[in-house]
Amino acid sequence: MYKLTGVTKDYPKGRQTVHALRGVDLDIADGEWLAIQGPTGHGKSTLLQILGGLDRATSGSVDFGGREMTRLRETQMTKLRASSVGFIFQTFNLIPTLSAQENVETALVPLGVSDRSRRARAVEALSSLGLGDRLRHLPGELSGGQQQRVAIARALVKEPQVLLADEPTGNLDEDTRDEIISLLEKLWQDNGLTMVIVTHDSTVARRAQRLGTMRNGKITVKQKV
Amino acid sequence: MFFTYLWRELRRRMRQAIFIAVGLALGIGLVITVTAASAGVKNAQASVLHSLYGVGTDITVTKAPTASSTGSGFGFGFRQAIGTGTRPKAGSKIDDNTLTSDVTLSALGSSDVTNIGKMSDVAAAAGGLTLTDRTVSGTVPAINFNGGGGGGGFGGSGGSSSGTHNPSSFGANFNINSFVVNGVDIANGELGPLSTGKISSGRTFTTADASSDVALVDSSWATTNKLKVGDTIAVGNSKAAATNFKIVGIVTEPAGATPADVYIPLGVAQTLANMKNDVNTIYVAATNGQDISSVASTISKTVPGSTVTDQNTLASQLTGSISSASSLANDLGKWLAIAVLVAAFLLASLLTISAVSRRIREFGTLKALGWKSRRIVGQVMGESIAIGIVGGAVGVGLGFLGASLVGKFTTPLTATLGSNTGSATPGGSRFFGGGTGGSGFAGTGGTGGTGGGGTGGTNPFRGGFADATRAADTVAVHLTAPVTISVVVIAVGLAILGGLIAGGFGGWRAARLRPADALSKVA
Repeated sequence: MYKLTGVTKDYPKGRQTVHALRGVDLDIADGEWLAIQGPTGHGKSTLLQILGGLDRATSGSVDFGGREMTRLRETQMTKLRASSVGFIFQTFNLIPTLSAQENVETALVPLGVSDRSRRARAVEALSSLGLGDRLRHLPGELSGGQQQRVAIARALVKEPQVLLADEPTGNLDEDTRDEIISLLEKLWQDNGLTMVIVTHDSTVARRAQRLGTMRNGKITVKQKV
Repeated sequence: MFFTYLWRELRRRMRQAIFIAVGLALGIGLVITVTAASAGVKNAQASVLHSLYGVGTDITVTKAPTASSTGSGFGFGFRQAIGTGTRPKAGSKIDDNTLTSDVTLSALGSSDVTNIGKMSDVAAAAGGLTLTDRTVSGTVPAINFNGGGGGGGFGGSGGSSSGTHNPSSFGANFNINSFVVNGVDIANGELGPLSTGKISSGRTFTTADASSDVALVDSSWATTNKLKVGDTIAVGNSKAAATNFKIVGIVTEPAGATPADVYIPLGVAQTLANMKNDVNTIYVAATNGQDISSVASTISKTVPGSTVTDQNTLASQLTGSISSASSLANDLGKWLAIAVLVAAFLLASLLTISAVSRRIREFGTLKALGWKSRRIVGQVMGESIAIGIVGGAVGVGLGFLGASLVGKFTTPLTATLGSNTGSATPGGSRFFGGGTGGSGFAGTGGTGGTGGGGTGGTNPFRGGFADATRAADTVAVHLTAPVTISVVVIAVGLAILGGLIAGGFGGWRAARLRPADALSKVA
């Protein structure tokens, strides 16, 4: 699915340049689940942003399903995000004024799905995650676990090829964490997703097929034993 | 989704949205009120000018008298007797009725009327002749004049006001009566002095009257002089002989107009005043309102020395509270409205940018989900425009309220046009008779004098016309502040523009967001 070769990412920070990625080489196969761990500020999230097309590499090559992402125009990148990549964030990032159902629908808006179909798919996605009775609830009326399930429904309702999750259990208690990670594992298995999860939590990381460790902008990947 | 998202977002920051909408509403309301008040003042001005000017007339052309002609209008009435060098005997009867041109106006040729009428952008032109009829009647007193010869004459004419004057030192023996006669171009009756008048009894002129001795009389003058349709009035001529005119109609001119006292056919007036083919006012109608300035300019060049007056000229001469209100509406009101509007736009823009800044993660998330920048900018602009529409609607209400309050609580405006006190006296002081060492009546040069000449003989006859200067024309007009559909449309447009500007700034801020911002917040 992904083939990264010599990927670097530099950020200007005042008069200095921060080298967030210093030549990342990484292959991620179709349907693979990769967990990435590492200390804060060593490039985990930057790598995830480049994989998701939210940011561009300074140099190197990012091949996504045969397409060189570094050469895509902004509109193409937007389209790729809309159709092929699902995101899950640590703080859920739900739109606070929209209901659970409407939040899920926002993922289908850029795909031009009709209103009726959009509503039906959002209801189906939420119901499959056990939130059929919370469709009209605003994020503020939901628990942390419920909010993250809404976010997962939003990420998966468009049936993406890749699911990228940045600390998906970071804001959850242990029971809810286990519930969410089990859910993600099931969805990964059922849908044949390629899944990349950035996490500090070793319990979560251990559930992945492969574990990468980011340190000083470089990644070391180990096959799970 | 667009409207759901828009409505929910506005509901979330209801207080801020109301704040912005109220700011815009105040600005819009003020714009409408000021515009309506300004339109009201303009309407009031137009109504005043309309009555002063004539319905169809766009331009009037007159010519100021030259120095040499000044004061030649009305010599003392005894010119025949004086011309002989013979002093009228004490006790002899005098009864002279003289018709002369208004001394404030010089003659224009009928050819000028024709030439102006042929100009492009001129719909019609008509000539008019403003004349002064003066009657001096009485008995020559037995007075020993010590003045020098040659003075003679009343000097300047007595202005346009009419009435009987009995100067204390002279009037015991003489009655002096004057009134204004207007020669009307019947063929072009839609222009000129009668165009604003209404016939309150009798009839107006017909083309058959062009050479008849018939007259229309101003209603208030008729009342004062107890005249009615069917009566006759005596109008003099250049040789001081009177002709009786039958009154065929009574004319009522609107408030603020400066009507003549008597209207007679132009041709007849020209003959009586010995001014064949002469007029002293030309009334011009332009083809359309936009051509008035260019027509006025062309006439100025075509008729050298002429005074060309259009509505703008008259408007600039208006004084009184209507002028102050106009200045207030145009200067203070306009700038106040612009200032409030700009402040409202600025406030709306700043608050929108601030709101967008607080929603960075939200917009970043939407970008991560594949929303195009254009859609996000559209969402922000939609919210701002919605606020603008609400602000505009409330502003229109405020504007109507403001306009109605303007109409309700303003005191009637007064307009004063061209106060010409003293200007009807070109010769300066109104002495007649008495040059240095001359003998008033007995002088041989009494052919009318050149404007009251004398420097005060021993027996100056202080003028019977001293109080005959024309009063300034003052009209009270009730101010209404009309709110037109176009103003409402413009106001709502401005409100939407305010929303667009605010949304534009907010959208620009949102469009500059990198989608990575959504994740960087939690990285």
